Amino acid sequence: MTRKQKHLLARILVAAVLFFAGSLLHTSEPVEMGIFLVCYAVIGWDIVWKAVTNILHGQVFDENFLMTIATIGALILGEHSEGVAVMLFYQVGEWFQSYAVSKSRKSIASLMDIRPDYANVERDGKLVQVDPDEVPIGSTIVVKPGERSPLDGTILKGSSALDTSALTGESMPREAEPGMEVISGCINQTGILTIQTTKEFGESTVAKILDLVENASDKKGKTENFITRFARYYTPAVVFAALALAILPPLITGQPFGTWIYRALTFLVISCPCALVISIPLSFFGGIGGASKIGVLVKGSNYLESLAHAETVVFDKTGTLTKGSFAVSEIHTNGMKEKQLLELAAYAEDYSNHPISLSVKKAYGKKVDSTRIADVQEIAGHGVRAVIDGRTVLTGNAKLMVKEHIKYTACTSVGTVIYVACDGAYAGCIVIEDEIKADAPAAIRSLKSAGIKKTVMLTGDADAVGKKVAGQLGLDQAYTELLPADKVDRVEELLKQKSEKGKLVFVGDGINDAPVLARADVGIAMGGLGSDAAIEAADVVLMTDEPSKIASVMKIARKTIRIANQNIVFALGIKLLVLILGALGYANMWAAVFADVGVSVIAILNAIRAMRVKRLDIPSQV
Amino acid sequence: MKKTIKLIDLDCGHCAAKIQNAVKKIDGVTDVSVNFMSQKMVLEAQDDKFDTILIEAKALIKKIEPDVTVKA
Repeated sequence: MTRKQKHLLARILVAAVLFFAGSLLHTSEPVEMGIFLVCYAVIGWDIVWKAVTNILHGQVFDENFLMTIATIGALILGEHSEGVAVMLFYQVGEWFQSYAVSKSRKSIASLMDIRPDYANVERDGKLVQVDPDEVPIGSTIVVKPGERSPLDGTILKGSSALDTSALTGESMPREAEPGMEVISGCINQTGILTIQTTKEFGESTVAKILDLVENASDKKGKTENFITRFARYYTPAVVFAALALAILPPLITGQPFGTWIYRALTFLVISCPCALVISIPLSFFGGIGGASKIGVLVKGSNYLESLAHAETVVFDKTGTLTKGSFAVSEIHTNGMKEKQLLELAAYAEDYSNHPISLSVKKAYGKKVDSTRIADVQEIAGHGVRAVIDGRTVLTGNAKLMVKEHIKYTACTSVGTVIYVACDGAYAGCIVIEDEIKADAPAAIRSLKSAGIKKTVMLTGDADAVGKKVAGQLGLDQAYTELLPADKVDRVEELLKQKSEKGKLVFVGDGINDAPVLARADVGIAMGGLGSDAAIEAADVVLMTDEPSKIASVMKIARKTIRIANQNIVFALGIKLLVLILGALGYANMWAAVFADVGVSVIAILNAIRAMRVKRLDIPSQV
Repeated sequence: MKKTIKLIDLDCGHCAAKIQNAVKKIDGVTDVSVNFMSQKMVLEAQDDKFDTILIEAKALIKKIEPDVTVKA
C-alpha cells in the first residue's frame, strides 16, 4: 500500500467506528448529530475541500463537487446517517479502486520483471558489477549461475542451460555452448558463462521488450475510447436530470420539494462513471499482461480487439509454419550405399554455405576432410563439379544431369532434389525438405475450432512444395510461387472477401514481409528471440515462434473483450435501473451508493480476471 | 518533440481523462495521451514551445488533481 492508501484506510476505519457509534447508541438527537458531523468531517473533508478549490478553478461537473452536494444535501434534509454513509462508502470505493489498480499494476510489472540490474565486468583481474547501460559493445562480461544475462552477446567460454521463460513463457531450458548467441533477460541456470556483448543495453532484446510492453496500453481500442467519450457526457447529463427532477415535478404537481430534492440527490450519487472508466482500461491492461505471460507481446488494446474478431488467418510458409531450416528427408541410391552417397554430396557441397548444402552436411554429420577434395567448380544455376579422392563428382539439379548427359531417374518426391553422379554414372538423389513446425498442425486445428473461417498460406516456394505443406496442415487455401509484391495483392483480395466486421490476421516471420504485416488488420510476427525487425514491424509478436500461440492469444483477446462488455452492460444497466427507480422514489440513497461504489468494486474484480491465463489454454505441443 | 511524463499517484480513470482533455487544449500541443494504468502522460508538442507547454501542463495537472505528483 502506498502512503496515500494507508492514510485513507485509517480515516475509513475511524469514520466507520464513529458511524456505528452514531447509529447504534440511542442517545439524544443533538449528540447523535454531533457524532455524525465529526464522522463526516473525518471522512469527507478532503472531498469538500477539493470541491471548493475545483469550483474556484472553474470545474463544475466534478465528482467531488457532486458528492459534496449530495451528502450535504442529505444532511440538511435531516437524513444524517445516509449523508455520512454515502461519503463513507464513496471513500471505501476510492480506496478499493486505488488498491486494486496498484495491485494489478504491480503484478503485471513483476511479470515483466526482466530488467537486469547489473553486469559483471572484469577489471584489473577482478569482477566488478556495473550498470548494463555502461557496457560498450564488444565487452566481455561474466554471467554466474542464477544471474540474468544483462546484454545480448555471444558465448566465449562455458556451457550452461538458459531459462528463457521470462521472455518466451517456455519452461524448457535451452542449452548454451561457446559460439552460441545469448539474449539478454535469460537466466543462467548451471554454469559460468563468459559472454562477448554484441549490443548496447538500449538496443538489447530486453530493453526493446520492456519498452514495447510499457507502451502497449497507450494504443487505446475502440471500447476504451468510447468509454472516455461517454464519460464526458454522462456526468453533465445526470446532473441536469437531477436538477430537473428537483425543480419540475414539485412545480407541476405541487408536491413538497423535500421529496424530490432527495430523489435528485440520489441521482448525484450515481453521477460518476467511475466503474467504467477504471474497469475497462484495467481489463485491457490485464489482457495484455496475460498474453505476455505466455510469451505473446500485444502492442495495444486495439489489436486485442481486432484479434477477438479475427475471421481469416493468412500464414507465410517459411519460418512461420515450417522451421525455415532444411533437412534431408529421403535418399534414393543407384547401387551405392546411402551413407556413401551422402558422404559424396557432403564433400562436394563443402565449400557452400547455402541452406541446402548445410542440411546435406548436417545429415552427413561427420567432419569433412578437405584434403580429399580437389578442384571444386561451381556451375551457376546447375550445381557443383568436384574431384573427391580422384573421382569426379557432380551434384546439382536435374538440369545439371541433362547438361552432362547423365542418364538419371527423375525423382517424384516433393521437395528440393539433389542429383549425384560419380565418374559419369548416376549415383542417386537426395531429397531435402523444409520441416513443418511441431505445433503447426495443432495450431491450425485450434484456430479452426476457435471459429476461424478461413486459413490461407502464401509462399514464394514451388507449387508442389507449398501444396504438400498446406495439405498436411489442413489449410483451406494455398497460394504458391508468389513474389513479395504478389503477397500484398493476395492479402488485398482476401481483405475484400471477408465480412465487414471480421478481421484479417497475417502471420509471418518478419523477414521481408513487412508490407503485408502492415496491410493486414493485425500483423503477427515470429519474434525469433531477438529479431528486431519483426518486433518493430508487427502488432503482435510471438516470442516462442510457435504458431499455436495464435489461438491462445485469440482466446485471451476474446475473454478480455467479453469482460469489458460485461462491465459496460452491468455498470450501465445497474446505474440506469437505479436512476429510474430513484426518480420514481423506489430507490433510496443506499441503492445509489451500491450503484456507484458497489458496481465499481464488482466491475474491477471482474476486470482483474482478464489477467489470469490458465496454463491449460495453451495447446500442448505435439 | 515527444516526451513521457510520469504521473505518480494517478489512480482514477476519470482524472486521467480530465487531464488529457485539459492538456490537449494547451496551445501548441499536437498530441497527448494520458494512461492511468501505466501512470504516464505522453506529450507531443512543438519543439520551440515545449518547455513552456510542459510548465503549463504541470500547473494544470496540479489544479485538476492536487494529489498527483508530476515527474518529467
